[in-house]
Amino acid sequence: MDKFRMMFQFLQANQESFMNGICGIMALASAQMYSVFEFSCPCMPEYNYIYGIGLLIIPPIWFFLLGFVLNNNVSVLAEEWKRPIGKRHKDPTILRYMFSSIAQRSLIAPAVWVSVSLMDGKSFFCAFSINLDIEKFGNYSVMNGLTETDKLKLLARIPCEKLFEHQEIRDAASRYIKCISQACGWMFLLMITLTAFLIRAIRPCFSQAAFLKTKYWSHYIDVERKMFDEACKDHAKSFAKVCIHQYFENISGEMQTLHHHRTTGKDDSDDGEDDKRSDEEKLMGIRAQDDMNKVLWNWHTCKPPLALRKEQMEGENNGKLNGNAKGAANGLVNGHTHEVAKKEWAVYYNWRTEGAREG
Amino acid sequence: MDRLKLVLQYFQSNSESISNGICIILALVSVKLYTSFDFNCPCLPQYNKLYSLGVMIVPPIILFFLGVLVNRHTGVMMEEWMRPVGNRSKNPAVVKYLFSAMIQRALLAPMVWILVTLLDGKIFICAFSVSVDPALFSGLPNNTGLDVIKIMAKVPCKEDIIFRNSSFRKAVSRYVRCYSQAVGWSILLFLIVLGAMGRLIKPYFDDHATSLQTRYWSNYLDVEQKLFEETCVLHARDFARKCVVQFFEDMREDAVLRLPQPLFLRNSREEWDDKEEERLHGVSKQEQVDQLLNKWYHSKPELDVTRMAHRPRTCVTWEDREGRTLYSDV
Repeated sequence: MDKFRMMFQFLQANQESFMNGICGIMALASAQMYSVFEFSCPCMPEYNYIYGIGLLIIPPIWFFLLGFVLNNNVSVLAEEWKRPIGKRHKDPTILRYMFSSIAQRSLIAPAVWVSVSLMDGKSFFCAFSINLDIEKFGNYSVMNGLTETDKLKLLARIPCEKLFEHQEIRDAASRYIKCISQACGWMFLLMITLTAFLIRAIRPCFSQAAFLKTKYWSHYIDVERKMFDEACKDHAKSFAKVCIHQYFENISGEMQTLHHHRTTGKDDSDDGEDDKRSDEEKLMGIRAQDDMNKVLWNWHTCKPPLALRKEQMEGENNGKLNGNAKGAANGLVNGHTHEVAKKEWAVYYNWRTEGAREG
Repeated sequence: MDRLKLVLQYFQSNSESISNGICIILALVSVKLYTSFDFNCPCLPQYNKLYSLGVMIVPPIILFFLGVLVNRHTGVMMEEWMRPVGNRSKNPAVVKYLFSAMIQRALLAPMVWILVTLLDGKIFICAFSVSVDPALFSGLPNNTGLDVIKIMAKVPCKEDIIFRNSSFRKAVSRYVRCYSQAVGWSILLFLIVLGAMGRLIKPYFDDHATSLQTRYWSNYLDVEQKLFEETCVLHARDFARKCVVQFFEDMREDAVLRLPQPLFLRNSREEWDDKEEERLHGVSKQEQVDQLLNKWYHSKPELDVTRMAHRPRTCVTWEDREGRTLYSDV
């Protein structure tokens, strides 16, 4: 368990290494799926080729699409592609870079499937057994006196051990086709490695500066999206806190008028018992079961509007600056908003010029 | 677990040791690949040699290119080689050192593959069983009607029925395997002697001081590139944060500047309110939030945070009658 946790932490440290981890997991899954999959050749002339080659091609396509689905950056790419231009220009090289990095990672699992399948040889054996020339393997008279269709049917049955009696022909044919299949597999691997080598190792010869630029900005887009999500979450949290706070204040004000309760003054005690004061503050004047029930009922039936009152806080601050004690809230009308007048009233000092400007 | 962590930390401490670690891992992968590969000799005279030599040569080429790709120094070396001179002069010795180090590390996995195939012997048997003189061994099956070449080509295949009840196949296999292992051990011995001689003779031909310098500067280039990438990542993060905050603040409908209050007038409630208000950046209505989210999609802000980064700070000072500063806050 510890090992998994450590690996998990290491992979999550970095977005890129997380993607590499997913890529590696998919490659292993691809190899495992191949070994678990039960290959059963149909052994009929019309279907052998389709089955053999289909099993070589369709699972890789599926893995490739799965790689796109599992990659988080696909939605970032789509967003960047579709957004209106607005104040920020769109750079097509960034889109190309993001797409190519996603595609490169998604191509690994299909490549693993294709190479494992070619090294194993069963697909090729099933697909190409009807094209064999049995004379090559020895002097066998099995095919004498057969019609063309019968010959094809006989050849098609070679991959199935139980349907073909001549074991030595089957062994020889299996070895021959497997040898060709493995040669194709190694050539495929060589081609992929050479392509990757040309792309990665030779690239610094061309446009290294442009590459650094695209790498920076594509990473920036990803980070900006995350920062925006975090900022929205923080904002929503603060918004909710203030909204609920104002709701409770509002209800508390109503309770006071209804029940003529004496609220404990919020700051009239000068003793240093901060804990007791903060608890009292947290209660916000609601101390009876009926009051609390009313609060909860109102929260469902009549939620407050999504508009925080600013002038109340401004008014309180004004009072504070003038040294007034904090009394009941002024200008409060059961949670309805006032139109906030746009005004600048602050005295504004610029530390550079040491001048004061009032607006 | 702790030991593994220590080992990982040791390897990650130095860029050279990371490359060594990756090199060793690739050699182990090479061995594992050989053991899991199902070697399948075709046992036909015209294809045996082709297949065997292919299996002995193509995987090492693949492993070599993989070794070059996976090594970090490849990128560092190519960049240093291709960069314009600019303000920093180029030192060809550094590029040569990086190149030779990269090639040496990349050659390890292919050599391991070749040695393992030679010591195992299957590939040699498949390739050269046709060239063995059958007269050296007794028990050649001569009742099958096949010519000698085809019989010799079938020697690598154990299951073939013509070799049942005969020790001919085993004798030929042992003979060819013995040759294969001899070649393998000789190559290994040659490589080790070459390495030892190189190590012993190098101080006579190399200027130690210059080689210390080259090693230092090549390590420096690697570290510099890593730090540059890390700094770019951190910078992008800060840039994004400021850009987002600036975007939020641009949506403020009022321009009230909230002054920080003197401490004696504050109580904890006010602080809480201030903090939460600060986090709202002035966006406090549903319509404002909707507008903000809409604008974020339709018109992303320009990539310019100079306003935020160089915001002039307010400074409020309370003075007494004589002009002495009582309290100042930024």
